[in-house]
Amino acid sequence: MAFSTTEHTISSYEDELTRLAESIAEMGGLVETSISNATVALLKLDHALAQQTIADDKQIDAMQRKIDENIVSMIARRQPMASDLRAIITALHVANDLERMGDMAKQISRRSLQIESLGLAPKFYNGVKHMNDLVLRQVKAALDAYATRDSAAAIDVCNSDDEIDQLYTSLFRELLTYMMEDPRVITQCTHLLFAGKSLERAGDHATNIAEAAYYLDTGKQLSSEVEELHRLQPKE
Amino acid sequence: MDMVNSSPDIRAAVAATQGTPVEQPIKVHVKDVRFYYANGYEALKGINLELRDKTVTAFIGPSGCGKSTLLRILNRIYDLYPGQRVTGEVLLDGRNILGRDEDLNRLRARIGMVFQKPTPFPMSIYENIAFGIRLYEKIPKSEMDGRVEAALRKAALWDEVKEKLHQSGLGLSGGQQQRLCIARAVAVKPSVLLLDEPASALDPISTAKVEELIEELANDYCIAIVTHNMQQAARASQYTAFMYLGELIEFDRTDNIFTAPKNKRTQDYVTGRFG
Repeated sequence: MAFSTTEHTISSYEDELTRLAESIAEMGGLVETSISNATVALLKLDHALAQQTIADDKQIDAMQRKIDENIVSMIARRQPMASDLRAIITALHVANDLERMGDMAKQISRRSLQIESLGLAPKFYNGVKHMNDLVLRQVKAALDAYATRDSAAAIDVCNSDDEIDQLYTSLFRELLTYMMEDPRVITQCTHLLFAGKSLERAGDHATNIAEAAYYLDTGKQLSSEVEELHRLQPKE
Repeated sequence: MDMVNSSPDIRAAVAATQGTPVEQPIKVHVKDVRFYYANGYEALKGINLELRDKTVTAFIGPSGCGKSTLLRILNRIYDLYPGQRVTGEVLLDGRNILGRDEDLNRLRARIGMVFQKPTPFPMSIYENIAFGIRLYEKIPKSEMDGRVEAALRKAALWDEVKEKLHQSGLGLSGGQQQRLCIARAVAVKPSVLLLDEPASALDPISTAKVEELIEELANDYCIAIVTHNMQQAARASQYTAFMYLGELIEFDRTDNIFTAPKNKRTQDYVTGRFG
């Protein structure tokens, strides 16, 4: 993945930009795996996988620190301009959003460790599983839009975020119903509800990455003035 | 931030951070300017742009792109070279300065120029300033002292030279010499200042002082600066013109040029990809 079609006069600068893009892609891959693992660990109450996901978050955090350091160094030494400036600044944002997504995966894993002794009825799975699939699709689409600098794809990602929000609202209602029917499942359902919230937050971070992709491609902020953007619920 | 649902206070704060500076009126209007060397080579191929008053406009582009040539047209220095020829119009406050009847001495007082290498006259600091003023005005000594001091203050040089006004200007450091040249240009009360690579021969601290001075002078003058230093253009100007092979490729607000230029060639040049 290269940042621009024309090569830099200074090849070491070009290499740094390429490496930065590669680091973001690699970090994105780790985060996708982490979210997926966290949900599987929660729904199957897989102790080992939950522990593994919590441990993996350290690696994600370390990657973010490394990317941060590289970016500070590049700004200091290269004084980036125009598309390079946008690539470097958005990489800083994207790495931050990915790190927060890693935290969401870690939180979901911790919840699975807390309820593993209580067990989960199969009927509880569906909502969370469905949300997980949607969030992973969003994360992947956002990272792709960023890597390929595709502003149209970025807008699609932002528009699709409403689906996750709606799904979270219905998950909330569904779990609330179970809890009213049988107060003994309150603990499990509350943890599932928070897990759903974590996934919803991860979806918001995917939207942030898509917004970064849009800015990277166009040099403009993705605001409500962009006609193609028709988000139902305005974000805070 | 959703503007519709936020409180009036928040909306006002957001509007304040997004506020764009007020545009100044147009001072110099360059209209379809073409420049030919004596051998017929066309060095500028129809330049159209506007320089705003009390605003710094930077000209960037690779060597030979015509940016210095354009500056040399603005105060008609090219006239000194036989055979060089310009077509088109340069309107200063609405009046074409390329006309035959233009008084060139008066014009060059109204449009001052500072060059890459500091060029103080081989005379005292005081005389470096007074010399230019005497060309245009007859004023008594007491008034002259005031004018010299005002010019040196404007060029942020007064405090450094007030004790040695009658020593040679050539004894000053490079940065001081350059500010002396700027003082000399502003002493005759110009309305436009042309700076051709004013800091390229200076060390970083002197460069910073000259840039600080440019920012200060922009409160009073229309300033055009040619620079090879992209960061300097980004720091010091409000508008930037990118030129290439005698053409104006892109002209926009400086922040647009350096964050999201529209033209591919501008993009390649400001990011350092240009061959």
